[in-house]
Amino acid sequence: MITSKNISKKYGQAEVLNIDSLDIPKGESFGLVGNNGAGKTTYFNMLLDLIRPTTGQIKNNNIVVNESEDWKSFTGSFIDESFLIGYLTPEEYFYFIGDLRGMNTADVDTYLEQFDELFNDEIIGKKKYLRDLSKGNQKKAGIVAAMMGNPSVVILDEPFANLDPTTQIRLKQLLKTLTEDRDVTLLVSSHDLNHVTEVCERIVVLDKGLVVKDIQTSSKTLEELESYFAI
Amino acid sequence: MAFFALYFIISFLSIGIGGYYLLKKEYPEQDPLQIVNSFLVFAILGDLIFRYLMQKLPIMNIKPMLILPIKKSSLVHFVLGKSAFSFFNFMSLFFYIPFSVVLIKEGYSVQGVLGWLFAMIFIIQAINFLNFLINKNNVAFWIIAVVTVGLIAMQNFEIFDITIYSQQIFDAIVNNPVIALIPLALAVILYYLNFNLLKDKVYLDDAVSQKVKEAKSADLSWADRLGDVAPFIKNDIRLIWRNKRTKTVFLMSFLFLFYGLIFFDNPIYREKMPGFLLFAALFVTGGFTLNYGQFVPAWDSSHYKMLMSQNIRYRKFLESKWFLMVAMTTILYFLSIPYLYYGMDIFLMITAGAIFNIGFNSLFLLYAGSFNRKRIDLEKSGFSNMQGTSATQFLIIIPLMVFPMLLYWLFNKFVDANAGLIAVAALGVIGLLFKNYFMNLIEKKYIKDKYAAIHAFDQKS
Repeated sequence: MITSKNISKKYGQAEVLNIDSLDIPKGESFGLVGNNGAGKTTYFNMLLDLIRPTTGQIKNNNIVVNESEDWKSFTGSFIDESFLIGYLTPEEYFYFIGDLRGMNTADVDTYLEQFDELFNDEIIGKKKYLRDLSKGNQKKAGIVAAMMGNPSVVILDEPFANLDPTTQIRLKQLLKTLTEDRDVTLLVSSHDLNHVTEVCERIVVLDKGLVVKDIQTSSKTLEELESYFAI
Repeated sequence: MAFFALYFIISFLSIGIGGYYLLKKEYPEQDPLQIVNSFLVFAILGDLIFRYLMQKLPIMNIKPMLILPIKKSSLVHFVLGKSAFSFFNFMSLFFYIPFSVVLIKEGYSVQGVLGWLFAMIFIIQAINFLNFLINKNNVAFWIIAVVTVGLIAMQNFEIFDITIYSQQIFDAIVNNPVIALIPLALAVILYYLNFNLLKDKVYLDDAVSQKVKEAKSADLSWADRLGDVAPFIKNDIRLIWRNKRTKTVFLMSFLFLFYGLIFFDNPIYREKMPGFLLFAALFVTGGFTLNYGQFVPAWDSSHYKMLMSQNIRYRKFLESKWFLMVAMTTILYFLSIPYLYYGMDIFLMITAGAIFNIGFNSLFLLYAGSFNRKRIDLEKSGFSNMQGTSATQFLIIIPLMVFPMLLYWLFNKFVDANAGLIAVAALGVIGLLFKNYFMNLIEKKYIKDKYAAIHAFDQKS
C-alpha cells in the first residue's frame, strides 16, 4: 500500500531521515518507534506531503504523494494539535471534516455514536471550544476525526500520549478492530513500547533517521525492544 | 491591526505638531492650550472607555514563573510594572509630546509646559491602573459611559459646561507645575491598590486562571445554499467571530465607514486634492477587505497543516475568503448610502471605490497574501498585537490605495472627474470579469508556496 524508495531529508548538512526501502502492505498495522529526533514525525509529514523529501519518493496506493493529491481522499491522519481548529467546538469540527470527506450531518452523527464510550461524555455537548479541552480530550477528537469517511490508510502520531489509562485501553481495542478485516492500513508511532507491540503486527525502529530494526511482532518483541532501548 | 496602530500614531503626531497652529488660525482670540485643556476631560473619559474595551492586565504571563524562586510580590510588581509601558500608554503621548514641544517653541513657560506634560503622563498611568481595577465590573463601565454621554449632552444643550472646569484644572497645572504631583500620587495609590488586590491571589484557581468561555453555536445553515464553499464560509465566519483579533478587524470595519466624514466635508480636499477624497471613499467600504484580506492565509496558520492534508480544493478555501470580502464590502456599501447627504458626486466616488475594492483589491490581497510568511496565533490578541505583520503589509498599500488615487488624479486632471471615476470602476469591473482567470493564477501561486507556508506557520515565536 505504501512504498518508500530511497527517501532522505536533509536540512543543510544534517540528514534527519534516510530510508532505502520500506514497504507497508495493505491491511498491515505498522508501528514506528524511536527516540526523539529519530525521524518518525518527519516520515509521517512526508507521507502526507507536508514536507518534501530531498531525494526519493513515497507512493500511497501507487500514487506518488507529491505529484498528485488523489491519495488525500482515502488517507486520514492526526499528527498533532495543529490538526485541530481551536475555535470550533468538537461537533463543529467533526461536521467540517465530515463535509470535506463527503459525509452529511446525519452520517457524522451516526459515525460519532460508536465512540460514545471512548469520548466518555467529555467531548460532545460540552459547549466548549477545542482549544479549551484538555490535551487528552483534544487527542481523542483528533483521532476520531482522522478515521472519518472510511479511509483505507490511517496515520496517527503518538496516539497514546496524554490519554488517561481507560482511554488508552479503549483506543488499543479500537485500533485492533480497525485493522481486523485487513481493509485499513494503520500507521502509528509511539514512545510506549507496550502499547505499540500490542497494537502493531510489525514494528520498525528508527534511530537518527535510519531503519535499525524491522520486526514482525511476536511474544519476544517487547523484550527485544526494551533491551535495545535500555542502552 | 498594525494598520490601525500606524494610523493612530500618524494622526496623533500630525495633530500634535499642527494642532497648535490650526487652533490659532481658527480661533485667533483664544489660547490654543486653553482650548485643549478644556477638552482634556473628554480625552480622559474616552481613554478610559477605550481601555475598558481593549486592554486587559496580562497576568497570565507570570504563570510560567510561579514555580521559579521569585517572590510572589515581585511577580505582581513585574506584571503591573510592565503594564506601565504598554502601547496604550504611549499612543496619546504621540500627541502630547510634540504638542508640548510646539508650546515651548511658541514661548510658553518651559516649567509650565513640562509640568503639564508630566501631569498628562501621570494621568495616563493613573488611567492605566484604574482600568485594571474596574475592568472586571460592568457597572463601572456603564457609569463611565453614561457620565461621558451625559456630559456631552449637557454641554450641547447648554445646561452644564464641564469644559470650563476642565480648563481651570489644567490651566492651574500650567501656572503651578507642582500640582502635577497630585496625578502622580494618584497613579501611585492606584498602583498599590492593584498590588494589594492581586498579591494574595497569585494562584492558578484565582487571578492567574484562564477563563473558559462557554461555546455558543449560532445556526449557520443558511450558508449551505452557497454550495461546496459552504463549509469553508461557515468556518471563516466562526474564525472571525470567535477570535478577538479577527473580531476587532470585523468591528473596526464599521468604524471605517465614518472615515469619509473627515474628508468629504472639507473644502480643501474638494477643491485642491480630490485624489484624497477617493482615498477616503476606498476606505469607507474597504475597511474589512483591507484588514482581513492582507492576512490571508495567515489567519488559518494554526491549522494549516491539517487543511493541506485534507481532500480539499484550494480554490474553495480561497473562494470562501473572497466571498466574505465581497459580501462585507457590499454590506458596507449599502450602509454608506447616507453619504448621499454630501452630494451625488461623493456617493458615486464611494460607488467607484466599492467596485474597485470588490473587483481589484479582494483579488490582489489574496495574491499578496501568498507572500505572507508569518504565523498568527489567533488566541493571542489585543489592539496592539502586530503579529503576522511584515514589510509586505506596507508595500501592498501602494497598489491598493495609491494606484487608484493616481489613476483618478490623472483622469481628473486631463479629462474630468467622471472619467476618473469610470477609470477606477472599470479596473474593478475588469477584475470581476476575469475573476476566474486571476483566481487560477492565485491558486497556482498558493499551491506552489505550500511547503514554504507550512514551514513558516510552524514557527512559533
